Amino acid sequence: MWKRNGHGYSRTMVDTTHTQQAQGQPLQFYETEEHHPQTGTMLGFWLYLMSDCLIFASLFATYGVLGRSYAGGPTGAELFDLPLVAMNTALLLLSSITYGFAMLEMQKNRVRGTIGWLLITGLFGIGFLSLELYEFAHLIHEGAGPQTSAFLTSFFALVGTHGLHVFFGIVWLVTLCFQLRKHGLIPENKRRVACLSMFWHFLDVVWIGVFTFVYLMGVLV
Amino acid sequence: MFDQIDLTKLIFGRLTWEAIPYHEPILIATFAAVVLGGIAMLAALTYFRLWGYLWREWFTSIDHKKIGIMYIILALVMLLRGFADAIMMRIQQAWAFGDSAGYLPPDHYDQIFTAHGVIMIFFVAMPLVTGIMNYVVPLQIGARDVAFPFLNNFSFWMTTSGAVLVMVSLFIGEFAKTGWLAYPPLAGIDKSPGVGVDYYIWALQIAGVGTLLSGVNLLVTIVKMRAPGMTMMKMPVFTWTALCTNVLIVAAFPVLTAVLAMLTLDRYLGTNFFTEDLGGNAMMYINLIWIWGHPEVYILILPAFGVFSEIVSTYSGKRLFGYASMVYATVVITVLSYLVWLHHFFTMGSGASVNSFFGITTMIISIPTGAKVFNWLFTMYRGRIRFDVPMLWTVGFMVTFVIGGMTGVLLAVPPADFVLHNSLFLIAHFHNVIIGGVLFGMLAAITYWFPKAFGFKLDPFWGKVSFWFWLTGFYFAFMPLYVLGLMGVTRRMSQFDDPSLQIWFQVAAFGAVLIAIGIAAFLIQLVVSFMRRESLRDETGDPWDGRTLEWSTSSPPPAYNFAFTPRVHDLDAWWQMKQHGYKRPESGFLPIHMPKNTGAGIILAGISTVLGFALIWHMWLLAGVSFLGLLVVAIGHTFNYNRDYHIPVEEVVRVEAERTRVLANHG
Repeated sequence: MWKRNGHGYSRTMVDTTHTQQAQGQPLQFYETEEHHPQTGTMLGFWLYLMSDCLIFASLFATYGVLGRSYAGGPTGAELFDLPLVAMNTALLLLSSITYGFAMLEMQKNRVRGTIGWLLITGLFGIGFLSLELYEFAHLIHEGAGPQTSAFLTSFFALVGTHGLHVFFGIVWLVTLCFQLRKHGLIPENKRRVACLSMFWHFLDVVWIGVFTFVYLMGVLV
Repeated sequence: MFDQIDLTKLIFGRLTWEAIPYHEPILIATFAAVVLGGIAMLAALTYFRLWGYLWREWFTSIDHKKIGIMYIILALVMLLRGFADAIMMRIQQAWAFGDSAGYLPPDHYDQIFTAHGVIMIFFVAMPLVTGIMNYVVPLQIGARDVAFPFLNNFSFWMTTSGAVLVMVSLFIGEFAKTGWLAYPPLAGIDKSPGVGVDYYIWALQIAGVGTLLSGVNLLVTIVKMRAPGMTMMKMPVFTWTALCTNVLIVAAFPVLTAVLAMLTLDRYLGTNFFTEDLGGNAMMYINLIWIWGHPEVYILILPAFGVFSEIVSTYSGKRLFGYASMVYATVVITVLSYLVWLHHFFTMGSGASVNSFFGITTMIISIPTGAKVFNWLFTMYRGRIRFDVPMLWTVGFMVTFVIGGMTGVLLAVPPADFVLHNSLFLIAHFHNVIIGGVLFGMLAAITYWFPKAFGFKLDPFWGKVSFWFWLTGFYFAFMPLYVLGLMGVTRRMSQFDDPSLQIWFQVAAFGAVLIAIGIAAFLIQLVVSFMRRESLRDETGDPWDGRTLEWSTSSPPPAYNFAFTPRVHDLDAWWQMKQHGYKRPESGFLPIHMPKNTGAGIILAGISTVLGFALIWHMWLLAGVSFLGLLVVAIGHTFNYNRDYHIPVEEVVRVEAERTRVLANHG
């Protein structure tokens, strides 16, 4: 394995078991056919989601540090309206289910069904956002705005960032519906629907964290 | 109901004529020089009709090679700016003793040290590292481009957009006076009401988008696009370090984005993340920013380690010693870099147990790093070493970096850190590792891969001049700072009382002059090499008797990199091909599927620059319009489904025949 080759010792004759393709055949050093590397869009989108997840992680950590710094202002127990948030949670969870139906339609190559379920998903998303905006407006109206205390600052930042993601998810969803109408279920569009699906379910998972750590644990005194 | 004043405010925000620093002679002279130089350059481009060429062949290019080169040009331009800041500081500190206040008022001095740090890390070191990775990684793994070519172009322009905002702050308004990490409460709206911190925030946020996306891009490229046969443990070491660096980018930059966004909310909306009252906690900023910041220094140094590994084995004519241990050391450093952030502020008061934990994890990092140094030394051992310029940088690095590493371990001891915290000892330490490690590594990389990129070698004489001035200049400039730091001199001071300190600062200033000569020699080297390009020409594509796949193709490589995708059997794939008497295929070519150029990246980044500027100056109307513009262009771009084409087989045949001819002439 190791031999002296004039440049010092080096392993030029490397483990022959790997380098010889078949007995006695010379090594093939290039592909004669067109080589198609795997497409990396799904992996890339996953990585993006994980990086986004770290933004949420930072915001959760911040909420963990500041979440009880009321500065003499109102506490979560006083402010949170759990039935409203439960309603909101239900809307978002349902939207994930309807997105699942859109994916099933896509598997069956039905454009109209896919678009239909996507639009229903979008409506649930808009419902979610409307309730959230109502909640925010209500809080600010009561004098519990993001400037009131570090607790409310971190609350608005975390929940607001999630809301912002849902908003951009809806913008994407509407765009995608136009693209589906125009080009149908071509491979590019299927890939996009699958990416948005990951994005949408990701937001759902994050929301479950928000619901648990911010709202449910917030009302525990 | 707009009256005159409101409308002005809506359009111009805080921007008034007062923002132009016409009372600062230094800035006015700089501004005049920049304007004249800029006009001359634009005129020359127009006169030589180069706009169309630049737009088609470079600005809109999605070729990873051209994007890599553009990153490096950006970094070199910004290096001049960052170094101008450095030498101004060195002159001020050598001068401002006793009664003399020097020539820089504190207000200006504070902007200079902030800008110096921000520029050198974000707009010199990062683009150098990203540029080299962009250029080399796809070639090393036998790929034709990166996984997301458009995103690559977009990432580059976003980085440039951040750099443009930092440069604009020089002439319109001011830059932050807070130090390069903008700690609150100083960076809060109460203590820093001006636009400086806002320039800082938006420049980094916009550039950060580019960095994150390029991290995702290269990561996917390395995972998914390696040539057949190249298993993970047959990847070249540089590609391994690039992989780990991009893991760190994807896992660290979101934290920077989040923490800067929180600072933005504090400044723009009056929230209380990091304020001193209403429950805010400034130490949280410092924790979060260093959770990004410590991995960041490994983002910079790991690719340099990879470069040195390639160079040592090439110029020693030997396979790298301890490849597997090199890979494991890289991965261990990647993981450990997340467990040490608190050593940047042992003085926070987190208690003995917490400080001990972070002190020990910090010291542990020196073990894999030491393993790497020994691997390089053992690679050289009994090798037939050629001391070409890249090898000089490598040896200079090994000596210098070990010193910097040892002072780092000293600082990792919490009680010692309590004494040395915020002192010039720390400044000397991190310049020791960043200049001696990252910068030497990137200059070595540029010299090493330059013939691959341009088809001719860099002139070795001027390369050696540059190396020796950089090396000696570094020691003159920073060893005095270790001494001063041990004597208790703190960082970021613009004036001193004790005259006995002055000599040390004068020696340091002399060192900065030597470095200036080193930089000048590097630039002369580029010009001289271009003039002498015929005699420095590399016709073989393999000027250094290289070992990895990038040396198997022509210099510069064709747009498609490889006419046939290589098949890899060994770690040193190209070396093995040479050993086995590989014959380059001269027929049987196929059309090659490639991505198309697009202007969407530069347009999006241009609008982002305007958006950033509008947000900095509170020009809400412009901010709204440019945000909408951004959304419209981004969505519009997704309606473009026609993104690739085939290079016709005749074109491939023509390019490859030309190469056959050149190789035959070469003999």
